[in-house]
Amino acid sequence: MCRTGQPDPHDAGDEQTSDAAFAALLEDSAEELYESAPCGYLSTLMDGTIAKVNTTLLGWLGLERAAVVGRMRFPDLLTVGGKLYHETHFAPLLRMQGEIGGIALEVKRAGGARMPVLVSSVVKHGDAGEPLLIRTTVFDARDRRAYEEELLRGRKAAEEARKQAEADRARLQEALAVLQQSLLPATLPPVPGVETAAHYHTASPDRLGGDFYDVFPVDGKRFAFFLGDVCGKGPQAAAVTSLTRYTLRAAALHDPDPVSALSTLNKVLHERYTGSGDPRYCTAVFGTLEPDPVTGQVAIHLASGGHPPVLVLRADGTADFLPTPGGLLVGVLPSARFVTATTCLAPGDTLLLYTDGLTEARTGQDRTSLYGDEALLAFAARHAGKSPTDVIQALTDLLDGFGAGLDDDTALLALGAPAPTL
Amino acid sequence: MDIERRNNVTVTGNPQGPTVVLAHGFGCDQNMWRLTVPALAEDYRVVLFDYVGSGRSDPAAFSEDRYATLDGYAHDAVEVCDALDLRGAVFVGHSVSAMIGVLAAGLAPERIGALVMVAPSPRYIDDDGYRGGFSAPDIDELLASLESNYLGWSAAMAPVIMGNADRPELGEELKNSFCATDPDMARVFARTTFLSDSRNDLKSVRVPTLVLECTQDVIAPREVGAFVHQAIPGSELVTLDATGHCPHLSAPAATNEAIAGFLAGLR
Repeated sequence: MCRTGQPDPHDAGDEQTSDAAFAALLEDSAEELYESAPCGYLSTLMDGTIAKVNTTLLGWLGLERAAVVGRMRFPDLLTVGGKLYHETHFAPLLRMQGEIGGIALEVKRAGGARMPVLVSSVVKHGDAGEPLLIRTTVFDARDRRAYEEELLRGRKAAEEARKQAEADRARLQEALAVLQQSLLPATLPPVPGVETAAHYHTASPDRLGGDFYDVFPVDGKRFAFFLGDVCGKGPQAAAVTSLTRYTLRAAALHDPDPVSALSTLNKVLHERYTGSGDPRYCTAVFGTLEPDPVTGQVAIHLASGGHPPVLVLRADGTADFLPTPGGLLVGVLPSARFVTATTCLAPGDTLLLYTDGLTEARTGQDRTSLYGDEALLAFAARHAGKSPTDVIQALTDLLDGFGAGLDDDTALLALGAPAPTL
Repeated sequence: MDIERRNNVTVTGNPQGPTVVLAHGFGCDQNMWRLTVPALAEDYRVVLFDYVGSGRSDPAAFSEDRYATLDGYAHDAVEVCDALDLRGAVFVGHSVSAMIGVLAAGLAPERIGALVMVAPSPRYIDDDGYRGGFSAPDIDELLASLESNYLGWSAAMAPVIMGNADRPELGEELKNSFCATDPDMARVFARTTFLSDSRNDLKSVRVPTLVLECTQDVIAPREVGAFVHQAIPGSELVTLDATGHCPHLSAPAATNEAIAGFLAGLR
């Protein structure tokens, strides 16, 4: 409010009222304010002995002035935990800083009750800088502390839940790692006279995929290999993947003929999932390879159940699909027809098996522009003559280049007759 | 590992003098010795450090397992002595650090040649025929007090307070930062301190030892001071006319005089 030398006549009445109110306020002496302030006041000697205390604080404590002044030290007003905190934190900090503010403590009240308070202290120094006394204010913190305790409880509960979630997560990851090993071979076995390479991309964050491949020996001369794609993805598909992989391995040991192995798988899947309300099937290429140690050539016999045709990359820089048209999905019908094909890999030739995650990767914004068979064939021709490892590496780079366009599981398996070393 | 950085080691005083290591107790950090250092600096080489989990030590070095026993803290002390290659140093430990000094002297007798125990207590909780001054629920109450007082601590401030040994000016601006500690680490130190029982370690002390007690100390009452004095063969007991648990802050002149007198007697 801005006063001028000339009182405004219109204001005279208001002025008188506010002067009266102001005068009443001035009746509130410093002494009265000290004693009845809405907070506790306390002055102590440097050793904590209480020299002065106001009525408000005495009321909270339920103590007589005579029992406190000169007889008690500030820590005597505190609970034992508060005393410990006072000695280890409050007092040293006050000594080092000359002041300390907003410390949460509890004072003991007559009758044994406790009262949460917030305490601030400042050291008064003499002219020579020597500490003379400590002035302390004590605020009632009952409501505030109740709220803080709620927050602390919530924080603790959240912390417990987080720890539990972390433990659960670690346990599940361990279980998952074991399960993942049942889906894919950790490494391919060495095949004499053949170079192998594989790559697996999983679209599911838990790394449980619906594509599968394997290479394993069936007798002294031959190895079996397969690669396929279970419908769907994620854990449900992975369960079928595991069944499929072990069925094919067991079937091949009994009879490594490709059509026979796929027929066994067909029967197992059909029986397991027909009528379950959750029909499951897959596409697969199953084959055997037989290296000739004399010529370095590798004879391939394979059969396909509804799977995209494999590619043959020749040492001379050409590439072709090895067609297997008309083979049926594995597991849909009680008995199924599978299409066979044979080829011979000369030194420097590579057989490439893949799942449709590769050919159906999106190269544009929508589903209309997919990578496709033609692009793959051209890509294969560009890398024909390279070793299986190099071919898989080039394809891995290609897959990485698709980025978000690659939204399905993708398996790649390359088997090659090594080129003669010069 | 860089121990000097991990434990925020400070070396000051007379480089030619015998070495005195000043070790802080539970609560704050090496700043607690600010009134002691000037009294020793002329004649002694003074080494200060912060235990891992306190002051400006490296929070990344904290491990709940290691610091669940006083041995973990004793290894901190020994590793600081190793890093500086100290021989026969005087270890001045306040509060729980007095007991940590006893353990450290046992672990590395060639490093520590004498002990000054400021307001020590080998056990805080009462036991059959022993009065430490506290009950187990009292200690729980202290842990609750710790929870209610983060003393300016917040996760955002943590790197400023603890991770910038090379930029101390950052911490200076923070009120209460001398006692600011990650609440989880403070809780571990509090539990380890107040639940420890080192009474049996006292009799194994083989070095000259000064026990300093205060006339009125809630945390280490006089009967505990007497217990420590009696248990350590040949120890010297001095009762300081001081109130509270930190005589080096509340009665610095008397404390410094007692320490300096003991040190002079060793030379």
